[in-house]
Amino acid sequence: MRHILSILVENEAGALSRISGLFSARGYNIESLTVAPTEDATMSRMTIVTVGSDDVIEQITKQLNKLVEVVKVVDLTEGNHIERELMLVKVRAAGKDRDEMKRLADIFRGRILDVTDKSYTIELTGTGSKLDAFLTAIEPGVILETVRTGASGIGRGERILRV
Amino acid sequence: MQLTGAEITIRCLQEEGVEYVFGYPGGAVLNIYDELFKQDKVKHVLVRHEQGAVHAADGYSRSSHKVGVALVTSGPGVTNAVTGIATAYMDSIPMVVITGQVPTHAIGQDAFQECDTVGITRPCVKHNFLVKDVHELATTIKKAFYLAATGRPGPVLVDIPKDVTQASCEFAYPKTISLRSYNPVTKGHAGQIKKAVQLLLDAKRPMIYTGGGVILNNASAQLTRLVRLLGFPCTNTLMGLGAFPGTDPQFTGMPGMHGTYETNMAMQHCDVLFAVGARFDDRVIGDPKHFYRADRKIIHIDIDPSSISKRVKVDVPIVGYVADVLDEMLKLIESSPQRPDSAALKSWWAQIKEWQRKDCLKYDRASKLIKPQFVIEKLYELTKGDAFITSDVGQHQMWAAQYYKFDKPRRWINSGGLGTMGFGLPAAMGVQMVNPDATVACVTGEASIQMCIQELSTCKQYHLPIKIVNLNNRYMGMVRQWQEFFYGNRYAESYMDALPDFVKLAEAYGHVGMKIEKPGDVEGALREAFAQKERLVFLDFITDQTENVFPMVPGGKGLTEMILAEEL
Repeated sequence: MRHILSILVENEAGALSRISGLFSARGYNIESLTVAPTEDATMSRMTIVTVGSDDVIEQITKQLNKLVEVVKVVDLTEGNHIERELMLVKVRAAGKDRDEMKRLADIFRGRILDVTDKSYTIELTGTGSKLDAFLTAIEPGVILETVRTGASGIGRGERILRV
Repeated sequence: MQLTGAEITIRCLQEEGVEYVFGYPGGAVLNIYDELFKQDKVKHVLVRHEQGAVHAADGYSRSSHKVGVALVTSGPGVTNAVTGIATAYMDSIPMVVITGQVPTHAIGQDAFQECDTVGITRPCVKHNFLVKDVHELATTIKKAFYLAATGRPGPVLVDIPKDVTQASCEFAYPKTISLRSYNPVTKGHAGQIKKAVQLLLDAKRPMIYTGGGVILNNASAQLTRLVRLLGFPCTNTLMGLGAFPGTDPQFTGMPGMHGTYETNMAMQHCDVLFAVGARFDDRVIGDPKHFYRADRKIIHIDIDPSSISKRVKVDVPIVGYVADVLDEMLKLIESSPQRPDSAALKSWWAQIKEWQRKDCLKYDRASKLIKPQFVIEKLYELTKGDAFITSDVGQHQMWAAQYYKFDKPRRWINSGGLGTMGFGLPAAMGVQMVNPDATVACVTGEASIQMCIQELSTCKQYHLPIKIVNLNNRYMGMVRQWQEFFYGNRYAESYMDALPDFVKLAEAYGHVGMKIEKPGDVEGALREAFAQKERLVFLDFITDQTENVFPMVPGGKGLTEMILAEEL
C-alpha cells in the first residue's frame, strides 16, 4: 500500500542523509521525498511517499522515530488528508497545436508561466495522479522537459502535526 | 574563563567522571592530547590500533555499566575505529567516541587524513555530531554522554575539527540536557503490564527468554526474583548470559543456533513466551516462519519500540526500561491472590527434564586429544565461575557460552551482534582496567587472536595480567564446521597455515607463554597461569581439530530442527 509519511525533523545538517540512509540501509522504498523548513526555522517538515505492507510501514515509522533528530512522524494516509504535488512541464507549442495545448492546460487548471514562439512552460498542481493524467493527455512527442516536486501532504480539518 | 576547545574537551570528560580514555594520537587530535598530558584526572590508555581502543572502551563499559570513551584521530584513525563502533552499536553499548577532524576550512578539500567521519559512521552509531563552533562543544559532549547512556544505549560520536580545538570560549558544562526530538519511553504501560502478568499466571507451559537488555539495564536482581517467584524455566541468550544464574536449576541453558536441546524445544512448545530485553535475533529463533508457526502467546519487554514485532509479531508489547517494568510486574504478582498453575507447571517441568535427558552438551571425555569443551569446564572450575570471560568469535565463543556457567551479569563479554573476531583481547584490557584485582580470561582461537594480537603490547605497558585461553585447532573452526556440514568437506581457506609459535610470541611481547598438548596437562597449566597474578599468560591449548559445536540449528532451519552430536 502507498503511504504518505509526514516528518518533523530538526533543521540540522545531516538530518536528510540520516533519513534517506535509513531507507536504503533497511531496504525501504522512497517514491518521493520533499523537505523544507517550517514556520519555525529550527525545524523542517518532510513528506515521504513510500510503499509497503502494514508491518513494513510500522517498522519504518518506528525506525524514523528512533532517529535522534526526528521530532514527530505521522502517517497521513491513516486519516483524511490533502495531497498536492507541483509539476513544471515544458511542451512544444507551435502552429495548430499551440491553441490545443493552451486549452488542455486550462482544463487541468494549469498556468502558463513562460512562453516562447515554439514552447509553453506550464505549472500544474494536484495529486500525483492528476499530474500523470495531464502527461498522458498530451501527445508524448511534445513534452520537452518535466520536473515534479513529489507529494506534500497535510491532514484535513483539526488534524494538526506540530510540536 | 576562556578555554580552548581542547581544554573544554578534557574538562567535559572530567565533569563526566571519565576515568579512562582509550586512544591513539594523531595530527588532528594533538591539541586534545596536549591537554590530556597537562592533567591527571582522566587517564589515557595507549592502544596499538584504533580498533583496539574502541573494543577496550567497549569491554570497559560492558563490565562496569559506565560509558566507555575512545579518542582517535581523523582519517585512518576513524576508519580503523569503525569495526569497534559497529560492534558496540550492534550490542547497544553506551560509548562516546571522540574523533579529530581536519580544520573546518579544509573539510571537503580532500585534505591529508581527511574522511567524512560523520558520513562513514552514521549507520553504525546511535547518533553523531560534527562540532563546527567551539561554543557548541561542551553542550555537544554533554548530549553525547546523555544519548549514549539513556534509552536503548549505543555509541555516540563527536567529530571535532582541529581549529575548533584551538579556538576558545567561555566554558560552562550543562548540568542537564533535554532534546525535544529525543524522549524515549522508559516507563511501561500499566495496562499492558497487567495483561502480561495475567498471561503469565494463567500459563500452562511458560518460558522466560531474556537477552542483553536485562544486563544493560541492570535488571538481573528483578529478573532472578521474578523467575524464582514464578518457578518457570528461564533461558538467557548469548548477550544475556549471567542475567539469571547459570547454576540455578531453573536455568535451561542458552537458546538458539547453538543453544541447548531442552531450551530450543521449550521455546517452541511453550504456551506463553516471555521475552525480556531480547530481540528475536536470527541466531536465536532460527527461521521466523517456523518459529511463529507454534501456537503461543508472546509478551515482549524492550526499551526500543522498533525491536518489537520486527521479526516476530508479539501479543503483549511493553516498551520501557526492563528493570522498571519487572519491578511493576513483581508488585502485581506478589499482591495477586492467584498463583501459577502448579499441576500444569509440574508436567511442563517433567517434559523439560525429559528433553534434558538428551544430555545435548556431552562430549568425548576419554579423548586423548584436548577437547575444547574440557578446557572451558576446567577454566570454570578453577575460577569458581567468578572470572570475567571475554571472547572472540567462532567455536571457542560458543563453547565458552555453553560450558562456563555465569552466575553474575557483566561477567561474559563478547561480540554477539556483529560477531567481531579480534574483540576479545582488547575488550579484556578494558575489563581488567576497571576491575584491576579480578581474574580476567580471554577465550579465543588461533585465528581470532591474530586479528588484534598487537594489543599484547598494550597489556605489557599497563601491566594487565589477562589470561589468554587460546583454543588452537589450526582452523577457523566455525568456518570449518560449516564447510564440513554444508560444503562437502571442502575446507576452502579455513586452515590456519604458518601459525606463529605463540609461546615465543608471548615472550617477545614480555609475557609468559605456555603450550599445552595433553588433556592431563590442562588443569595444571591453568593453575600455574592463575598463580601468576601479575603476569599476562598466553595459554596455547592444542585442541582436537575436528571437534564441532553441538547442538546446531543450521541457518534458515526451524529452532527445533537441531543437529545433535549423537546424530553424526
